[in-house]
Amino acid sequence: MKPPPFAYHRPDTAEEAVQLLTEYGPDARVLAGGQSLLPLLNRRLVRPIALVDVARLAALRGTGRQDGALRVGALTTHAALERTADPHVRDGLPVLPETARLIGHLPVRVRGTVGGSLAHADPAAEWCLLAVLLDADLDVLGPEGQRTIPAAEFFTGAHRTALAPGDLLTGVRFPRPAATAAVAEYGPQRGSLPLVAAGAEIVLGPDGRIAATRIALGGVEDRPVRSGTAEQALLGGVPEPRLLDHAARLAAKDLDPRADHRAPAGYRRDLARTLTGRTLAASLARSTARLQEATAP
Amino acid sequence: MTTPIPLELSANGAAHTLAVDPRRSLADVLRRDLGLTGTTVGCETGVCGSCTVLVNGEPVRSCLMLAAQADGTAVETVESLAENDPTSGRLNPLQRSFKENFALQCGFCTPGFLMLGTALLRKEPTADRARITECVAANLCRCTGYAAIVDAVEAATRTGDAFGPEDQEQEGADA
Ligand SMILES: Cc1cc2nc3c(=O)[nH]c(=O)nc-3n(C[C@H](O)[C@H](O)[C@H](O)COP(=O)(O)OP(=O)(O)OC[C@H]3O[C@@H](n4cnc5c(N)ncnc54)[C@H](O)[C@@H]3O)c2cc1C
Ligand code: FES
Ligand code: FES
Repeated sequence: MKPPPFAYHRPDTAEEAVQLLTEYGPDARVLAGGQSLLPLLNRRLVRPIALVDVARLAALRGTGRQDGALRVGALTTHAALERTADPHVRDGLPVLPETARLIGHLPVRVRGTVGGSLAHADPAAEWCLLAVLLDADLDVLGPEGQRTIPAAEFFTGAHRTALAPGDLLTGVRFPRPAATAAVAEYGPQRGSLPLVAAGAEIVLGPDGRIAATRIALGGVEDRPVRSGTAEQALLGGVPEPRLLDHAARLAAKDLDPRADHRAPAGYRRDLARTLTGRTLAASLARSTARLQEATAP
Repeated sequence: MTTPIPLELSANGAAHTLAVDPRRSLADVLRRDLGLTGTTVGCETGVCGSCTVLVNGEPVRSCLMLAAQADGTAVETVESLAENDPTSGRLNPLQRSFKENFALQCGFCTPGFLMLGTALLRKEPTADRARITECVAANLCRCTGYAAIVDAVEAATRTGDAFGPEDQEQEGADA
């Protein structure tokens, strides 16, 4: 099928984009990489009256440092992150390029953007999971000016966000490095959205105990969720397999999994437990290696 | 119908200036306005990859790109591969390899796989089987079962041919 007619604009600045979005109101849409929007348009599942193509907003593309945080511009493509040479990403947040590789296949990654993925807010999308796991801040330019929305408040449901008509997501900031964070996911087909994805970070203290930890799960509920009880259970503990397994069990127990044509709720819960275990083990391995490096003579 | 918007792009090296309805896909403009019907359209929802073309050297699904989004880009389609000899219409080494390895049956998916393979071989002329498999996994084929497609791309890594766009001029250089 072909999309219904719409007006098409390609502004040169973010301010102009917001002005256009504001004038058209709730029936206008931002067009970024089009890898989620065009399938919806072609199937006529959405019928916007206007598209505001943000491709010319070069300032919204690429990564950089800002007050100790890593800033990823909304228009940065999945492929650009996968291939990045930026040392702040490679050393500080290697989980970003690793995760980029998990998204679709190359032709989708070449066009699709981080901002588009966050705004699309699929419950199983990898960038949404990482934003919640790593306590990211999302920068928005709206009719009233700039504002920042923490990831924990940004996702309000499946394909629902705190963005209002006229808002343009300009970037996402990861406040601090998370060199040991890891992601694990499972779906019946590589290159499609996973059924469940888990992210975790374990930081070991000099005594070898768990000094800090974060765990998040995507694809299980209507948005990515953190697992507070599992994080609490790990904190201060000796990172033995039994403890990690206990935490994975707690993380799965806490969830209220959705059921749909892709999988029943129980299967999602089982996946959550397995994947949390895997991602905790992966993060622990990284953390242990770093600790050994730091203490090596 | 909304106001047509101006569009300039190069397709297989030829410059075009057009005016297109903004809702039209790059695939449709290539096929209907430019007559490049080698690019096939299957699902129009980004699932099958049969519509894969190269935009500025990168493989993209041309059904998931508005023609308007291709303004100012260089597009390459399957028509650019055969070495432009009007009498023999000779296949390039990758196309020949598809033929020799039985990598097509109905052929509907073939243009997409050829463009995926072209992009890969330009960047990684010695890509191994695992890389090739990962790359061609982007597209669907309902006939071959994929193994022959992987074989064909793998065989092309051993011919020592280059698959750069500049190759088009060197007709017969590989014969
Ligand atoms: C075959 C296939 C496989 C895929 N597999 C995966 C996968 O494994 N994991 C995954 O996460 N995704 C997957 N995707 C989706 C892909 O990641 C998309 O790129 C992404 O979801 C949307 O990004 P986009 O730039 O393409 O946005 P678009 O499609 O252009 O836009 C998506 C939505 O976000 C809005 N939007 C976009 N940018 C902004 C902005 N800056 N400010 C405000 N609103 C904005 C749009 O209005 C629209 O509603 C897949 C897609 C395909 C076709
Ligand atoms: S026709 Fe474009 S992906 Fe199927
Ligand atoms: S050869 Fe028929 S779909 Fe691939």
